[in-house]
Order: sequence, then C-alpha cells, then structure tokens
Amino acid sequence: MSTVFHLTGVAVASGVQVVAIAAGGPVLVGAMRKVRCRLEGRIGPPILQPLRDIRKLFRKERIRPDQSTWIFPLAPVVLVATVAVAAAITPLVTTEPALGSSSDLFALVYLLLVGSTLLALAGMDAGTAFGGMGSSRAVTIGALAEPALLVTILALSFTAHSSNLPAIVRATLADPGSLATPQRLFALGALLIVIVAESGRLPVDNPATHLELTMIHEAMILEYAGPDLALVTVGEAMRLTLLLGIFVNLVVPWGMSTSTNVVGIAVGLVALAAKVAAVGVALAIFEVCSAKVRLFRLPELLAGAFVLALLGVVSGLVVR
Amino acid sequence: MTAGAFIVAGALAGLAAGVAGAGAPIRRRVTVAAVLVWVACALEAAAAIRVLSTGHPIVLHFAELLPLTGVDLVLTPLGAFFVLLVAMVAVPATLHGIGYAPHGLDSRMAACAVPIFVTVLLLVPAAGSVATFMVLWELMALASLSLVLVDHGRREAARSAGTWYAVITHVGAALILVAFLILAAHSDGQSFAALRLGARHLAPDVRALVFVLALVGFGSKAGVVPFHVWLPKAHPEAPSPVSALMSGAMVALGVYGIVLVGDVVLGGGPVWWWLVVLALGAASALFGSLHAASSTDMKRLLAYSTTDNVGLALLALGASGLFDATRHPLLAALGLVAALVLLLNHAAFKGALFLSAGSVQTAAGTRDLDQLGGLLRRMPQTGAFFLVAAAAICALPPLNGFIGEWLLFQSLLHGADIGSTAGEIAIPLAVAAMALTAGLTVVAFVKAAGIGFLGRPRSEGADAAVEVPATMRMGVGLLVGVCIVIGVVPTLILPAVERAVRTALPGVGPLSLAHGVNLQLAGLRGVLEPAALAAAMVIAVAGVMGLRRVLARRPAPRVAEAWGCGRELQTARMQYTATSFAEPVQRVFDDVLRPVQDLDVSHVAESRYFVESVTFRNAVDDGIERGLYRPVIGVVRRWGRAARQLQPGSVHRYLAYGLGALVLVLVALAVIG
Repeated sequence: MSTVFHLTGVAVASGVQVVAIAAGGPVLVGAMRKVRCRLEGRIGPPILQPLRDIRKLFRKERIRPDQSTWIFPLAPVVLVATVAVAAAITPLVTTEPALGSSSDLFALVYLLLVGSTLLALAGMDAGTAFGGMGSSRAVTIGALAEPALLVTILALSFTAHSSNLPAIVRATLADPGSLATPQRLFALGALLIVIVAESGRLPVDNPATHLELTMIHEAMILEYAGPDLALVTVGEAMRLTLLLGIFVNLVVPWGMSTSTNVVGIAVGLVALAAKVAAVGVALAIFEVCSAKVRLFRLPELLAGAFVLALLGVVSGLVVR
Repeated sequence: MTAGAFIVAGALAGLAAGVAGAGAPIRRRVTVAAVLVWVACALEAAAAIRVLSTGHPIVLHFAELLPLTGVDLVLTPLGAFFVLLVAMVAVPATLHGIGYAPHGLDSRMAACAVPIFVTVLLLVPAAGSVATFMVLWELMALASLSLVLVDHGRREAARSAGTWYAVITHVGAALILVAFLILAAHSDGQSFAALRLGARHLAPDVRALVFVLALVGFGSKAGVVPFHVWLPKAHPEAPSPVSALMSGAMVALGVYGIVLVGDVVLGGGPVWWWLVVLALGAASALFGSLHAASSTDMKRLLAYSTTDNVGLALLALGASGLFDATRHPLLAALGLVAALVLLLNHAAFKGALFLSAGSVQTAAGTRDLDQLGGLLRRMPQTGAFFLVAAAAICALPPLNGFIGEWLLFQSLLHGADIGSTAGEIAIPLAVAAMALTAGLTVVAFVKAAGIGFLGRPRSEGADAAVEVPATMRMGVGLLVGVCIVIGVVPTLILPAVERAVRTALPGVGPLSLAHGVNLQLAGLRGVLEPAALAAAMVIAVAGVMGLRRVLARRPAPRVAEAWGCGRELQTARMQYTATSFAEPVQRVFDDVLRPVQDLDVSHVAESRYFVESVTFRNAVDDGIERGLYRPVIGVVRRWGRAARQLQPGSVHRYLAYGLGALVLVLVALAVIG
C-alpha cells in the first residue's frame, strides 16, 4: 500500500513539475521582457502577454509549406514532448521525481538534443533560404557548446561521484560546503554561459530580432504558423525555464521537497518559482547591458565556457 | 551436430556461395549467393551464440589444410561477439545487394567476391594462430580490394582508391606480421595461446615494440588517423553493400586486432600505451567528425564518420587499458564494454546509412548532396530509415547510439580520479573530445538528412527519383530495427558483451550491467532506464499531439507556398546547400580544415557596375593526405625516376653490373671468411 502511495506521490510531483514548467515558461519569458522594457524606459506588454499570444496562435489556422514532409508538423510536438519528459524526471520541485534514477545529466542533455535536432531538420523542410541558414547556425552553436557542457557535467559530478542529478542535489543538501568549492563555482559559471547559448538568448542570439542576417532561432522557425508556432514558442520557453531550474537547484538546492507530500510540493513550487524568477530577472538585466556577439566571435565565448569547465575539473582533482 | 561442425558448415556454405556467384547465370547469381551467405551467417552465428552462452571456446585444428602449420580455429567469446557483429551487417547488406546488383554487383567477379569477403570476415575472429590469422586477414584485404575495384573500367577514381587501399592495407599487414613474428620467436608455437604464454617473459621494450607495431598495423585497417586516408577514397568507390560491410564489419575487426594483441596476448601494458590509444582515438574522432561535417559527398561524409566512430571506440579502449594499468578492473571492464557496444552500434547505423546512400545513388543517380534534396517525399521509406539511422548516430535517445555514448561517458566519468596524473589530465580532455565529436556529428547528419532528403530537389535526377525495390528497403530496415531494439532494450545484448569482455580481461568479476530492462553499473553510481525513457517519450509525443488536436480550432493544415521575401516563385537554388550549411563550421575550424576557395566575378563588358557571372569554388581536402602522404609519395617517385637511369638499355652496362656485383660478393666473402 505504501508503495502505491509513494508511486502516486511521485507521479503527482512529476506532473506538477511538468505543468509548472509549461505554464511558468511563457510567464518567465513575459517577465523577462517586462524587465527589459522597463530598463529601456518603455512600459512593455503585460507579463502574461506570451500566454495570450499562445492562446491566440492556437485559434489560428494551421499552415504547411508545400514542399514540407511529416518532419515539419512533428518537430514542434517532439520539442514540447522531450522538454516535458525532461521536466518530469528532473529534480525541480522535489528531489524524488519519477524515473529519478535515470535523471542523469548526460541523459537530460541528449533528451533535450532530440527536440533541437528535429527542429533544425524542420527548418530545412520547407526548402527556403532562411530555414537552412537558421538550422546551420543553430547546430553549429550546439556543437561548439557541447564540450563545455559535458566537461561541466564531469565537474559537477565530483561531489556525488555520479552524474545523476537527484544524487548531486542530495549530496549538496547534505554537504552545503561543497557549493563553495572552486570546482562547483567554475562549473556553474560555465553552465550559465552554455544555458544562455542553448536557449538562444543574448549575447548569442536575439530572440526579439527578425533582421535576416542576425537571426538564428527565428530563421529556423520562420515557416511555422498558428498552433505549430504556439507549440514551438511554448517548447522554447519551457526549455529556458527547465535549464534555469536545473541551474538554480545546483546553486541553491534549498526549498526543494525531499518527499512527495502536498505541503512539500507546494513549498517546493513556490521556492522554484522564486529562484527561477530571480535568475530570469538577473539574466534580463544582463541582456539589457550586453549586445549580440557576432556569430563568428561566438566560439571565443564558448571556448571561455569550456576553459571554465576544465578549470572546474582540474581544481576538483587538485583540491581533493 | 557439435559446435565445431557449425563453424565448418558455415565456412563451406560461404564457399558454396562464392562458387554459385561465379557460376550461376546472371539473373540468379546474386540471389543464390545471397541466400547461401545467409546460411553461412546463420551457422556461424549459431556457433557464436553457443560460445557466448556457455563461455567455453570452440577449438578446431585441421592439419592438412595449410602446409607446415595447419589451420587453427579458436572461437573465444570475444571472437564470437565479432562474428555476430559481422553476421548482423552481412545479412542486410547482401539482401540490399540483391536489389543493388544491376548497378555493379552482378559481374561474376563481384558476385563471387562478396560471399568470399563475408565468409572471411566471419572467420577472422575465429582464427586461433598466427598463420591462420594472417592468411584470413590477407584474404579479407584481397576480397575487399577486388570489390573496391569493381568499377575500375569506368572510373579513374576507383583505380586510384584501389591503389591507396592496397598500399596502406599491405603496409599494415606487414607490420602486423612483424609484430606476430617477434612474439612467435619468443614462444613455443604460433597459436595465440602459446604467444600469450611467451609474451609474459618478454622484456618491456620488446612488448612495447610489438604493441606499437600492432597498433599501427591494425589501426590502418580500422581507419585511425593518420592511416585513414584510404577510407574516404575506397568507401565511396565501392558498391554500397560492400561499403557497408567494409565500414561496419571490416573496420571493427581492426579494433578487434588491437584488443587481441593488447589485452588478450600481451595481457595489458603500462599507462603510456593506453594514453597513445586514447590520443589516437580522440584525434580520429575529432578529425573524422570535422571532415564529415564539411563533406558534401554523401558516402565520403559517411567514410569520415567511420573514422570518427572508430575513434570513439578506441577512446573507450584506451580508457579501459588506462584503468586496467592503474588497477581499476571494474572500470576497465566498463570501458571495454563501451568500446564493444560502440562498435556494434556503429555496425548497425553505419551499415544502414551506407545502404541507404546506395539506394539514393541508384534512385537519383548521384550521391553529391548539393545535387540532392526532396527525397523524403519521393522515397518515403528509404528517407525515414535514413532519418532514424542519422538520429541513432547523433546519439539521440531512445536509439542505440545514445546507449553507447552513455556507457563511454560513464566509464570516463567514474575514471576521472584514478590516481594517475597523466590519466587525470587525459580523461577530461577525452570527455571534451567526445563532446565536440558528438556536436559535429549532429552538424554532419542534420546536413546529410536535411540537404539530401528535405526541401526541394536540386537536380533533375533527384526530382525524378522513385522508391527503390523492396529488397533494398528491407536490408536497410533490418539494420534500423537493430538500432531501435538495442536503444530501447540494450539489456538484450549486454550479457553477451560482458562475456566477450571477460576473454580480454579475465580478472574481472561479474559486471552485471543488465537489471531487468535497466542498466546499472555494479559498484558505481549510474543507472539508466532506457525502456521507461522511451515509453515516456512516446507517451509525451502522443499526449502533445492530442493536445494540439484538441486546442487547435482547425486541425487540418492548409498547404501554402513558403514565404519567399515577397517573391512568388521559390526555386531550389534559393535553398542552403551542403556547402553553405557547413560554412560556419568550416569557418570556425579554418586552421584545421584549410579550405581552398576561389571567387571569380566577371563583369559585363560595358560597365564594371554590372556583374555578368560569379563563380565560387570551395574545396576541403584532407590535410593529412596533403601534409603527410604527398611528400612521401613525391620522394618515392623521385627515387623511382633516379632508379630508371640505371636501365638505359645498353647490354654492356648490364654486363658491367653483373661483374660489379660478382666482385662485391667475392670481396664480401673474403672479408667475412
């Protein structure tokens, strides 16, 4: 009986995480936009505007380019689905999510890669110039971010001797001193740069631009309209929120529920929202102060992230 | 029937297939040979499964078959794993070959050489002595060489590829032979078991010499940098089923050779051996993936990607040896498991990719990505299979590539603090190399799939392409099925892989990676539930699809023309090409790739403000071929030219040579005697 209770609790907790990421993602994007606008001296759209936009898009007609194949309608679905699975198994609200033992950082990275790879293929499906351009740039940035990402995972997994995310979070909760170690600080710095690159924010990609020569992500999804565009928008917002959620829980794991009871989940949810909002606002402030880096200067930025991650690993080995 | 009889019967069936291929009438020869090859594969696979399930090797000796030494066949669990790998590629490749036959595989020579090639591939891992091994190894080289040369009458490139392949493979074979001869000179007999006993008492530098010779010799067969130059020449020129066999199976046997000499015969070695293997692996993986990302010929891309995948397997092998040398048996076993799984995965997805590249070539008449496009609409099944295999090679879950990379990453992760300084520096760099390789592989295969199969057709051939015959599709489909099954239920193969690993590392206790359908690293913290993950992904995709259907007001999409910046008419020339897709990567890695670019703008005669035509040429050639091989070839040429002057055609001069040689010999005798 207790196992049934436990399993139900785990399922509920994971469901809450998925819903929180799905609903919270667009709100986070709206909040970040609002912060940017206010700092630039504009009033800006309401924080809930992205949610309204998505509702509007779902009401519109679905349009498919004449040359496209089944890849085109499939990609947004897979994007949202893989982010949802990742959100379900990541420790966000609780340290005991469903399939938590598989919640390996390496597995999460590749799970998220499924959606972005399919979206890159979908960009080329319509047979237009913009789609290919966006896809080409997006996969190149993804490739360059990968070394920093995996070496960061290596550095993060020193404390727990495992790349399992719940294990890392639990080890950090048990030994908060490990947060102040140089390897963790270097690794988190690298992770933040990689997250910015992977979620297409400034200074890597400007999500608000439609200027043809600077577009990356927007070029790739240019052909999407209506409900499919809504899914892409939701998927991208979810991805950003999930990545920031993982980041904040590696920096300040407190507030997460170590069980799956209702109070714990509620507290965990509030804590997650507060932490992600704080990082999101900080990121928005940083975006106001920074300009987009030229595409061919990006390798330097990502190489910097890689060096940080490598420093993390090396200091982990030295300090041991 | 005893287990040994299966091996003999399999070999006989393979020979019968060769005879049938040479003798049967043109209509039936490829089909008959293929069926007999399947019988051979089934018999050898049965013997291999028997060995893997019992753990006892099959030992056979035929004294009459080969003069002086006889033939020794010893099928160990390690060899049995490779026999299964070969059979897994050979059956789909020959099935695909039935449909491919009219495009260059139905000559008597080819129809005979393919079954012989497969038979030899099946027997090489069962060789139990130096003489048997070298005979089979050379037969393998000759059979594959004759298949690379199938098109030699029509294409100059095939002749050139054949020369490159022949030279590199024979230099490699010579080095392997020298390594074995050194070992045999210090052993009582020439069987691998005797060599193993003899190697225990060898001086460390002799052991090191043997290992380095074997590493270079087998590495040249495996396509490791800098001996990879034959791969991007021979793989594209060979008929596609042969490319699949060469890339999926033969190259894996190169890695088998390194495991055989390094782990089985020499029983491991000092740290620096394995750091060399690790470095070679990392260099191959990076170089291969970088060139794959910038290639525009589909089969050349796949050939470079073979170097990349073999590099990853060597990376795992090097890590395994490193852990063994620093006394971490569990990690060593995990690394070797990763290496074998990576090879098996490579055989599955690269086999599927080469076969579908062959389908594309027969349907569209070209394999140049810049001439393809829109094939998914015209060849729906081949296209879908190619996409799944491409996803597998990009290590996307829930496919087999992901399992291999996860195992490799876990073995590196847990080996990050092994207590050897050199190792601790090497491991994070290995992780970085593996990661960059993975990223560049995504670039290469998004390009191959996106440019080749999506968008608008870029040539009339691609526009007119139609789906290939059922046999060809089934061949690819079988391998894609393997990719999916291993990806979702890897526990099906892991017990066999662990058995195979125990041949190479006998000191390791049970690893028991498989827990039901889940993977669990014994003694280490690492769990993966691939089946549950796959189920979750399927459910989530179905759920989101349902959600879209419910939320969207008008669910059926309207087909419209893509947005063309206000222009009404979209043409294929407006799309990105493979060259332009790879341009950012090429630009970032400018210093390594050194692309040769020409921009030629001609103006209208009346005014320089109007452009008449723009010609742009972009070529990326192999830096190692240019920097390492061309100078050597130049020196050999010059020597040849110098030697030519010794032969002016004058009889007097030749008589003088004879006299001079005689005097020299007499003088030498006088001095020595």
